Amino acid sequence: MAFDRSDVEKIAHLARIAIREDEIPATTAKLSGILGLIDQMQAVDTTGIEPLAHPLETTQRLRPDSVTEQNQRDAYQAIAPATEAGLYLVPKVIE
Amino acid sequence: MHEKTLAELSQALRSKAISSVELTQHYLKRIEQFDGALNSYITVTPELALEQARTADARIAAGDAGPLTGIALAHKDLFCTQGVRTSCGSKMLDNFIAPYESTVTQRFIDAGTVMLGKTNMDEFAMGSSNESSFYGPVRNPWNSEHVPGGSSGGSAAAVAARLCAAATGTDTGGSIRQPAGFTALTGLKPTYGRVSRWGMIAYASSLDQGGPMARNAEDCALLLQAMAGFDPKDSTSVDAPVPDYSASLNDSLKGLRIGLPKEYFSAGLDSATAAAIETAVQQFQALGAEIKEISLPNAELAIPAYYVIAPAEASSNLSRFDGVRFGYRCDNPADLTDLYTRSRGEGFGAEVKRRILVGTYALSAGYYDAYYLKAQKIRRLIKNDFMAAYEQVDAILCPTSPTPAFRIGEKIDDPVSLYLTDIYTITANLAGVPGIALPAGFANGLPIGMQLLGPYFSEARLLNIAHQYQQHTDWHTRAPAGY
Repeated sequence: MAFDRSDVEKIAHLARIAIREDEIPATTAKLSGILGLIDQMQAVDTTGIEPLAHPLETTQRLRPDSVTEQNQRDAYQAIAPATEAGLYLVPKVIE
Repeated sequence: MHEKTLAELSQALRSKAISSVELTQHYLKRIEQFDGALNSYITVTPELALEQARTADARIAAGDAGPLTGIALAHKDLFCTQGVRTSCGSKMLDNFIAPYESTVTQRFIDAGTVMLGKTNMDEFAMGSSNESSFYGPVRNPWNSEHVPGGSSGGSAAAVAARLCAAATGTDTGGSIRQPAGFTALTGLKPTYGRVSRWGMIAYASSLDQGGPMARNAEDCALLLQAMAGFDPKDSTSVDAPVPDYSASLNDSLKGLRIGLPKEYFSAGLDSATAAAIETAVQQFQALGAEIKEISLPNAELAIPAYYVIAPAEASSNLSRFDGVRFGYRCDNPADLTDLYTRSRGEGFGAEVKRRILVGTYALSAGYYDAYYLKAQKIRRLIKNDFMAAYEQVDAILCPTSPTPAFRIGEKIDDPVSLYLTDIYTITANLAGVPGIALPAGFANGLPIGMQLLGPYFSEARLLNIAHQYQQHTDWHTRAPAGY
């Protein structure tokens, strides 16, 4: 299967990435090439094979359900583009 | 001074033959002199470096010095460094000054090292050539028309050109080993979980692993000693004892069983690289190793599986860069969707966008089983191949790349061709096993790399094998002309 323009537009929407009109043909061609590469997997019979998500197959450690972090609001807000009264300011947008 | 290895500098510092301030000033001058042509650093931190050097000299004077105290290092620009820009090679994070320190860089601070600056890298560590950085391509000091490899190409070029004593790198699909191979360095990708990922800007979380890049295995052992160990802040960090990596460097290789995977010596391998590996095989035999042919039958599936798993994880990890929380934000958004899409469209470079799109596709409704789940099953097959191989041999020897460093621009418009350059390194990331790359020769003035792969947590053994090889060869001692 190869990508066409509508596939790329749909995926770009899902990924929330704007692609300029003039970039769409090249993006479509390159993504189709990559899809051709990864489609080689489909020739392999993996029936009965357990998927491997973590190389060492360890499970997530648990810790006591208690607060361990200190309040670092000032440090984190010091690098923010804009803050006010301890809150982050983001652009005003109308939904 | 810059001709000395890290181990030699360590001796010189502790014997007070040189001071850390002198060493730091020397490297800062070299960066000023040479880095304009190489572009290996994104950010140089002279004031911080000299302050850390003065602290190191005080520790040495007080008799409180470790082996790395006073050593001048550079860190890949995806390790968060408190108060210092951490760009990850991206326009998206061009103005990001990390408010905290990564575990790896904190451990180097605790060891008394000096940070000269942050090194250039492929954007978000996505690349095999170091051409995708927002800050421009890095040039290979062995031949400036060629790439240094990626994504830790800035670290590789800086160490190879003697613009720091050693550097950190990260390896998601070969990003320590491939650039080490392209620049005649020794670089180690540890077992997944051996080195904390806390404070490393994530690309593909189940594959990313930090490690050292240095001139030889002895230096890598010193660096890994500082980097390795359990970190409660990283949920994927492994709570296992850390051995003394320097203690076993001189162990004999007599009786060592080395496997040559037949799939790695087939069509596509450059003849000079194959010949260099053959010469290395003879050297290992002379050192008492037994060579066996082995098979990794699913190796050819590594690239397709990787280019599903890594982009899928990237599409998730990079969703945090949305124009709202931190990083680049577009001007005058019309609405929230416009804010997200234009910030991400303008802030990310072409390769990052491609991988996010591939990952989004692989995880989208209707395609998850055919791509992501399938890739994870193939990952199991690749791990099983390694486990079967390590029942027969102690380590696997193979090239790091099909060819020496290619020319800048040669593959940049053909992502599939670029992806195939990682064909020998990606399997280790999918299986999580450790690997060390080291120089094995030269062709037309460009370095040839080879790698040794081992079972989980065999870093000490890999360093020992590499060190013994380097005791009997001199590839690792050569420096690029003019540096």
